Amino acid sequence: MKNAFAVAGVVVKELYRRKDFYVLFIVTVLICLVMASVNIYDDAHIARYLKEISLLLIWISSLVIAITTTARQIPAERENRTLIPLLAKPLTRTELVAGKFLGCWLACGLTLLCFYVFFGALAASREHHWPLQNYVQAALMHWCLLGIVVSMSLLGSLVFAAPSSNSTICAVVVMGILFVARHLDQVAITRPEPFRTVAFVFYYALPHLEFYDLRDLIIHDWPPVDWKYVSLAVLYGAFYMAVFIIGACLVFRRKAVN
Amino acid sequence: MASMRTSILLAIALLVACFGMAAHLGPEFLGWRGSRSAGDILNVVLGDSRRLFANQFFTKADEYYHSGYYPSMFDNKSAFQTAHIAADTGAVNSKNEGDEHGFLGPPRNWIDAFGRHFFPNRHTHLDEDSPDDLSSSEKVREILPWLKLSADLDPENVQTYTVTAYWLRSRMRNVAEANAVLHEGLRNCPKSYEILYEMGRLYQESYHDHEGARNVWEQGVRYWLQLDSSIPGGNRPIRELVADWNARPTNLAPAQSDDKLSMEQLSTHLAQLEENAGNLPRAIEWLEAAKKVSLTPETLQNRIDLLNSKLGQELNPLLKPLF
Repeated sequence: MKNAFAVAGVVVKELYRRKDFYVLFIVTVLICLVMASVNIYDDAHIARYLKEISLLLIWISSLVIAITTTARQIPAERENRTLIPLLAKPLTRTELVAGKFLGCWLACGLTLLCFYVFFGALAASREHHWPLQNYVQAALMHWCLLGIVVSMSLLGSLVFAAPSSNSTICAVVVMGILFVARHLDQVAITRPEPFRTVAFVFYYALPHLEFYDLRDLIIHDWPPVDWKYVSLAVLYGAFYMAVFIIGACLVFRRKAVN
Repeated sequence: MASMRTSILLAIALLVACFGMAAHLGPEFLGWRGSRSAGDILNVVLGDSRRLFANQFFTKADEYYHSGYYPSMFDNKSAFQTAHIAADTGAVNSKNEGDEHGFLGPPRNWIDAFGRHFFPNRHTHLDEDSPDDLSSSEKVREILPWLKLSADLDPENVQTYTVTAYWLRSRMRNVAEANAVLHEGLRNCPKSYEILYEMGRLYQESYHDHEGARNVWEQGVRYWLQLDSSIPGGNRPIRELVADWNARPTNLAPAQSDDKLSMEQLSTHLAQLEENAGNLPRAIEWLEAAKKVSLTPETLQNRIDLLNSKLGQELNPLLKPLF
């Protein structure tokens, strides 16, 4: 595990040397500040629209960072011809995959921390209260979702030919799951066979990323979710992360490195 | 040297050509509908699709009114066909039916049951801590940004102005802004009797300006009657117009049939206003007009009978010495 953490450290350093996060963070801050400056019927206490826009930008930014950072990890090592020297060290392929996953996931965690601190400050400036427990739950669930996305993207980077195609496919799949997965069973039930069975198989097999989307609860000031359900959702997410990482290890083990 | 001279002449020729082209195109560009000089950037970028977005944002306001508990395109929307923020104003015919509390139905499977812990899963209204408690009325402010955006995108949608003004006035107690919204609505939709109806309510209930309310409601009735092109307009007094209309057979113009509710509300409010002012014969005239478009004419007839008997009681002492 020590080797995996060393690889993870390099990935985290790479994130804060690149400009992606800074650009997305500054754009998010600027858009939110412009939206906050809009005068709406002379009422300075309206907050929810601002929280919605802010969270939407945070979600888009975090998904972009997670997918693009992960998708280029192993292909970049191969392209730069650093993969063989890396594997020549006392580092197994499994450790490399685990290290890349951990690094990307931790890097996403750090970006989420910055984003949610900004979000909390923005919301508090309007609402004058800080429901810390709700924000911690939302950030934790968001991070868990990013873990699944990172592991999925890592597997994709070993299956698809180029980082660009992997990023696009991952983004489409994640968006599809977020928008449709919850209703796939309702769609399935109205369809004839064999589409119905196929849809039901997808419904039960896909990771239900919408569990981790607590935005509506945060925006509309609903009480926090019972920690029992949050823990179960984290376990559910951990299961899918494990599935994708094991898949990535198996694919990488059979893959030629040069 | 010769090439330098040629270059300068060429540059001058190009400048003249540019100037001529600009002078030729300038006026045409100013008259073009897509010109950004008109200042309406949304119109240029979105075209007619902005109406679609405007509806979407109006629905978004209703979603905010329910604190996020709102049916998606996959759920049963029968209880949400008319936005509740519009239906609650009382100025719109509600088409809602069915259970607004349980559109999700019973959980379909374990994924559905588990997923319901992570999004709003209970029917609430922003202004109600409980169905009878309106103490949280100020929270309604959260629907306003979406209504404003909707009005900006589709300035010709009357409903956006009336709904915004209603919530600003009745829940937020922001009468000045409500008045400004209605005036903006009238600028964009000059012959809107719905806006005039809401404006009359504002004058009467918030400013207690009964004369102002009477004026705008009567103007509203005039515009509603003008939906029928066979009714002569002009500057005829409203009483004459309504008396003529009352005397006509009940068949209404298609536009009038589609919006009987507005006429009923305008005339019943005018009747109430006249009754409060002691003008019982005029109140009866307005009730007769309302009866013509009402879904419950019997109720209005009862009110007319009541006013007639009241009028008789008032006149009897005056007539008695004559016998």
